[in-house]
Amino acid sequence: MTRVVLPAHLKTLAGVQREVELEVGGVVSAASIIDALEARYPMLLGTIRNPATGERRPFIRFFVDEEDLSHEPINAPLPDTVARGASPFFVIGAMAGG
Amino acid sequence: MSGVRVLVGTRKGAFVLTADGRRKDWTVNGPFFEGWEIYHVKGSPVEPNRIFASQSTGWFGQLVQRSDDGGKTWEPVGNQFPYDGVTGTHQWYDGTPHPWEFARVWHLEPSLSDPDTVLAGVEDAALFKTTDGGATWAELSGLRTHTTGSSWQPGAGGMCLHTIIVSPTNPNRIWIAISAAGVFRTDDAGATWKPINKGLLSEGIPSEAAEVGHCVHRIALHPSRPDTLFMQKHWDVMRSDNAGDSWTEVSGNLPTDFGFTIDVHAHEPETVYVVPITSDSVHFPPEGQLRVYRSRTGGNEWEPLAKGLPQSNCYVDVLRDAMSVDSLDECGVYFGTTGGQVYASADAGDSWTAIVHDLPAVLSVEVQTLA
Repeated sequence: MTRVVLPAHLKTLAGVQREVELEVGGVVSAASIIDALEARYPMLLGTIRNPATGERRPFIRFFVDEEDLSHEPINAPLPDTVARGASPFFVIGAMAGG
Repeated sequence: MSGVRVLVGTRKGAFVLTADGRRKDWTVNGPFFEGWEIYHVKGSPVEPNRIFASQSTGWFGQLVQRSDDGGKTWEPVGNQFPYDGVTGTHQWYDGTPHPWEFARVWHLEPSLSDPDTVLAGVEDAALFKTTDGGATWAELSGLRTHTTGSSWQPGAGGMCLHTIIVSPTNPNRIWIAISAAGVFRTDDAGATWKPINKGLLSEGIPSEAAEVGHCVHRIALHPSRPDTLFMQKHWDVMRSDNAGDSWTEVSGNLPTDFGFTIDVHAHEPETVYVVPITSDSVHFPPEGQLRVYRSRTGGNEWEPLAKGLPQSNCYVDVLRDAMSVDSLDECGVYFGTTGGQVYASADAGDSWTAIVHDLPAVLSVEVQTLA
């Protein structure tokens, strides 16, 4: 199972309290995780990726094992620790604004 | 007993304010969607407990929420607003071509006859429609693909389609307004559109009387006069008596004719309300005094309405979607400020009280009159 930690607003929207566990098919990437996330929680559709471009929204960041992977291609395979469920995939709302 | 429900969109959530027909004692519910920008909340005229809300942030994009119980509970509905076909470009601030990019929904206009049908005005300017209660949205692309579309430019707040009025007598006739393109009208339910900006004069564009390029802030219509429109333009208050084919200025004795919002009394089609704002560079009322101005003559002659409103040290703004009227026997008038106050008048503007003082900055106010 792949573990995903969502920012507070998206937890509220999805109605989840803690991290989410997902079955992710094929290569585990940011894109495939978000595909699985949106399939399980349709209300999150378009909140992490721009639906017009499929790209990460500018104020969203992806962290794994204390590394910022936000600028990796969205389809790039994530570290094996994520696929194995040893490390969660963090979706972060960037610090900005008020 | 009759009552009212005031739907308030703010920078940090939505609020629902309710009172009985006396409009003295208010219940405040909310915040809903706390922390999100709520550009607009509006109920269906045919099914008042069905309410739609536009919810967005710069972080997570756009959501649309729907309530079927008068705003007590909400569920997200469709939030995909794909432009139809080739998106093309409009002008950017520097005059260069810029691709159309969806940013947010500014205004939701539920149908006058069908609770599942809603029009949505979005930034970058386009008009969308749902006929399934918000599950899916399709663009009425005849507007965006108008031959002038490539020359439209954003105003300071973005290139937003912020006003939608469906004719109360002809469902095929719709007016919309875009900052800073102007007013457009369709007479074939959105298939084709024409700019209707004759008579508008705007400094700051190459030709003052151009076909498009005017920063129209708001238009309003009384249901009994489907050919009469009132407009608060960036500068100038205007009216049209031929469905927008031509406009004349009715700013008259206003202390300043800059402002954002405008509305019409529920029972008196020649009684109009505006909130004068000092200027486009000073977005607060003249002399720190918050005053609504009312004309009972369809414009030109205006009287200040100040009773109950702050008359010193008041430096708030009243935005374009932040005024509304109820349709009780004595018309109620409501408006919200960027300082978080929502003011109500139960006597057509003669006197005002604040329902709430300290909400986040108010973006929109809509009122429902409940049987």
